[in-house]
Amino acid sequence: MTAYEAESDVLADPGRAGEPAAPLLEVADLEVSFPSEDGRVRAVRGLSYRVSPGEVLGIVGESGSGKSVSSLAVMGLLPPSARIGGSIRLRGQELLGLSDTELSRIRGRRVAMVFQDPLSALTPVYTVGDQIAEALLVHGGRSTTASTARNRAVELLDLVGIPNAAERVKAFPHEFSGGMRQRAVIAMAIANDPDLIIADEPTTALDVTVQAQVLEVLKTAQEVTGAGIVLITHDLGVVAGTADRVIVMYAGKAVETGTVDEIFATPRMPYTLGLLGSIPRLDVGRGQPLVPIEGQPPSLVALPPGCPFGPRCPLHEPACDAAEPELLPAPGAAPDHRAACIRTGELAAADAEGGELAAELFDAHVVEAEPVDSATRIDREVVLGVDRLVKHYPVRAGGIFRRQVGAVQAVDGVTFDVRAGETLGLVGESGCGKSTTIMEIMGLEPPTGGSIQVLGSQVEGLSRADRKRIRRDLQIVFQDPMASLDPRLPVRDLIAEPMEVQGFDKAHITRRVPELMKLVGLRSEQINRYPGEFSGGQRQRICIARALALEPKVLVLDEPVSALDVSIQAGVLNLLDELKARLGLAYLFVAHDLSVVRHIADRVAVMYLGKIVEIGGVEEVFAAPQHPYTQALLSAIPVPDPEVERRRERILLTGDLPSPANPPSGCRFRTRCQLFATLGADQQQRCIDVEPPRESALPAEPDAPVGAHLPDHDVACHWARIRTVV
Amino acid sequence: MTTTDVTGGTGKSVPTGGANPVDVPLDAIEAETEGVTRGTLVLRRFLRNKLALTGLVVLALLYAVSLTSPLFAPWAYDEYDYLSFLQPPSASHWFGTTQIGEDVFAQTMRGLQRSLTIGLLTAAISIVIASVVGACAGYFGGWVDRGLMWIVDLLLVLPSFLIIAVISPALRGSSWILFVLLLGLFAWMITARILRGMTLTLREREFVKAARFMGAPSGLIIRRHILPNMASLMIIDVTITVGSTILLETGLSYFGFGVQPPDVSLGTLIRDGSTAALTTPWLFLFAGGLLVVSVLAVNFIGDGLRDALDPNARRGRNVREDEDPEVEVERA
Ligand SMILES: Nc1ncnc2c1ncn2[C@@H]1O[C@H](COP(=O)(O)OP(=O)(O)O)[C@@H](O)[C@H]1O
Ligand code: SF4
Ligand code: SF4
Ligand SMILES: [Mg+2]
Repeated sequence: MTAYEAESDVLADPGRAGEPAAPLLEVADLEVSFPSEDGRVRAVRGLSYRVSPGEVLGIVGESGSGKSVSSLAVMGLLPPSARIGGSIRLRGQELLGLSDTELSRIRGRRVAMVFQDPLSALTPVYTVGDQIAEALLVHGGRSTTASTARNRAVELLDLVGIPNAAERVKAFPHEFSGGMRQRAVIAMAIANDPDLIIADEPTTALDVTVQAQVLEVLKTAQEVTGAGIVLITHDLGVVAGTADRVIVMYAGKAVETGTVDEIFATPRMPYTLGLLGSIPRLDVGRGQPLVPIEGQPPSLVALPPGCPFGPRCPLHEPACDAAEPELLPAPGAAPDHRAACIRTGELAAADAEGGELAAELFDAHVVEAEPVDSATRIDREVVLGVDRLVKHYPVRAGGIFRRQVGAVQAVDGVTFDVRAGETLGLVGESGCGKSTTIMEIMGLEPPTGGSIQVLGSQVEGLSRADRKRIRRDLQIVFQDPMASLDPRLPVRDLIAEPMEVQGFDKAHITRRVPELMKLVGLRSEQINRYPGEFSGGQRQRICIARALALEPKVLVLDEPVSALDVSIQAGVLNLLDELKARLGLAYLFVAHDLSVVRHIADRVAVMYLGKIVEIGGVEEVFAAPQHPYTQALLSAIPVPDPEVERRRERILLTGDLPSPANPPSGCRFRTRCQLFATLGADQQQRCIDVEPPRESALPAEPDAPVGAHLPDHDVACHWARIRTVV
Repeated sequence: MTTTDVTGGTGKSVPTGGANPVDVPLDAIEAETEGVTRGTLVLRRFLRNKLALTGLVVLALLYAVSLTSPLFAPWAYDEYDYLSFLQPPSASHWFGTTQIGEDVFAQTMRGLQRSLTIGLLTAAISIVIASVVGACAGYFGGWVDRGLMWIVDLLLVLPSFLIIAVISPALRGSSWILFVLLLGLFAWMITARILRGMTLTLREREFVKAARFMGAPSGLIIRRHILPNMASLMIIDVTITVGSTILLETGLSYFGFGVQPPDVSLGTLIRDGSTAALTTPWLFLFAGGLLVVSVLAVNFIGDGLRDALDPNARRGRNVREDEDPEVEVERA
């Protein structure tokens, strides 16, 4: 218990000095283990923390670091096979060892949980309103009647920003979009005015714009209820803007704790540094070296003695393996800043800080590449051209004759081109038509409308042989590396497949496969393994090797890093950067994460509901976004820097993407446009009636000559104006 | 190109492919950086599985002995020894004799050969038809799907037992191969439906899309991605069909279709012998024992093949984890 005693002293919230806030939740020496085939999995190994009322505690770490398990332990939701030790106290009451009935009383009323997947928290057969009302009735005591519960449910839905709450209260969960469901779950969570809300990756499955909304709702919820919040996430950016204090977890243990400013400004543990350095930043862009943390987290079954981060640590020295470093106050930092590393002193003594120190430490470099010159852009060959591309999916009514009653306008007049050696980032919320666009391109079939041009040939009128030839130069990497690799083929066959299809001889293939593996940073001993034996990042490398097998000229990347942990993502992004520089590839890079696009792309196209609303050079668009949607997207991306986050004003979009089967008239964005709301009535009328054409943007400099237009920056808004949001 | 013939599926068709010698010592495999195709890897994994190998050897031996037995056995299956009726096993009649003086050993061997052939061949025919029909219907969709499923539904509603019963007399006297064909023709529909369903899901998986975007022709995609990913089910189906066909044949023989006297199958032997199982156990024990042994052998081979094809199966992998600690970490 002594370790815990020491712990609780320094972890007390310094912000409330003077009146020592009584801790709301105290977790001490929490140990959780599960039985497994190979032995006991020690998922949590001695975790201690406390949360004060009204405080937001962020818990960050890679997947598998024990974040979820520790919070499930607090909720008493672990499976019976789990062995739990230590102590968990809520307002002084010990929760470990309570019976299930007692626990469930506490769960509904005093502790609430928001899960990553909101569907699992909602019962599909009851309306959302009924479920919230039920939560109120079960825990609300005798004073609550059915009708007050109903009214309260409407109020709560309104509070979490569900438009038309009185109507929507009668909707079923499946009629809600992902973001709305998550908001409904938050409404349910705060229904009984809990003391503590545990949110486990509440925004991981959501789009950035919706993520911003949900985080905002969580903040509102906290203000309304005054509850403490434990916010679990793998995204340091999310933590920067919302948390007061942060715990970094690694291999089931806290390896660094402190206030959010301390952790971000002066991290004292190499792992935290690496995590920080691995995030591409919206406000830095190209010149930022990304820090990949090589290797995987250790197995939690039989941890060797010593620092668990040792095998991946650039500062590792023999002394690190002697014993596991304790979580001790970091030298030269605020007293509640603690780190578990024997070399924290050296980190404190270094003259660099933050990302710079991380890059130095992990030896990360910016990939030297010829900057793509926008002046000579016109002279370069168009490797991929899409002109007024249209793709409509018919909507049919049921019945025998399956009458067509409408069309989902997935892609509706998209025009862009990718020229040799450049990267075009295609961004937008999910459902806006990004994937449809690339599937149309990859299909090499004549589109419903418009035209596609690949490497100088129009797709219409291609013969079978032409198609085969073009496929050599046009390759794709999918989002989920596990799904895009046949689990039953070994690596050799996977990488060889495109070459076999193209009819290369066996000798060539045998020579080429190990070459490719080396190129993407896989070891050739791994050649006879199956994809299941690789980690996520390695699998994505296999996909990239396969795509490069035929030495293509254009690589289409469909969210290639969004399924990966940030530390792994950095490695893949670096690889893509390097390959591009080395092989002179052109990328069409689809992403919803604008910071990734900023890091890797030369140009960016922003899509909304099947149309491109803004397109141009990354620097111009990010520095001076002109379309309200671009501005909103950019402002929704968290920056991993608490200071910047506090200063930033957020543009919050209301509502969700409208259905592409029935898009709004005039400007498709008008239902959510923040600028629209501020316009005069006649200006608004124009937005409603006239679809804004895509025109050259006005230059950013105020002293530019009247009528001057930017050559390579288009925007589709009647009232486009610059607003800096980063 | 890999030639993983899971479609053959008779349990004895071992995938082949790749030119590397398969008798590489186990420890030599690990350091290898030369890639081998799936066929070779699967073969290696299969050969590592002792139980499956045993099954294969047993099945091969049974077959060989039953085929060659006329060469060394003192009696033929349709000969009568009028000097010994219903005798227990002895030096001249190794498995004893029947009421009318037939040699049980010769009969059992003949029956074994018949039953194994019928079982394996029917299973093979049925799985080939099922996988081709199921995979094509699921993969191509449209009118191919509708047409094939119409045939499947039609065959499903026809009572197969009855049809075989009706047709059998017409086939009397002609080759028993026809009978096998008939059995196979009525055994594949449900499997085909299941495989079609699985193909529908597989078709939408990204790795199939990836192959399409590479320009791989449909036939290749089905062979290389769709069928191997359904192999577990197909193998289970084959092992079950082998056993059940042998028994079904018994039922048919009972009603006078199928294998007819003086020809015998394990099924007819068991049926005839089981009436006096306690007093004259030799009439039925040998046939029954061999039936169990052969079905078990087929099962072991099936299990081995399944593990060899499935990269996630624990068996089939060897000790290389111990040598490469990183793998341990990756999998954990
Ligand atoms: N029910 C369970 N049975 C066995 N092991 C589990 C169970 N739940 C989680 N684990 C293991 O515990 C470890 C930590 O998991 P988790 O807390 O979910 O990580 P995180 O939330 O940080 O991604 C992982 O190794 C995971 O496999
Ligand atoms: S204790 Fe050693 S291995 Fe662990 S983080 Fe510190 S320097 Fe790295
Ligand atoms: S045209 Fe009108 S509604 Fe559309 S983005 Fe511009 S201001 Fe908003
Ligand atoms: Mg988790």
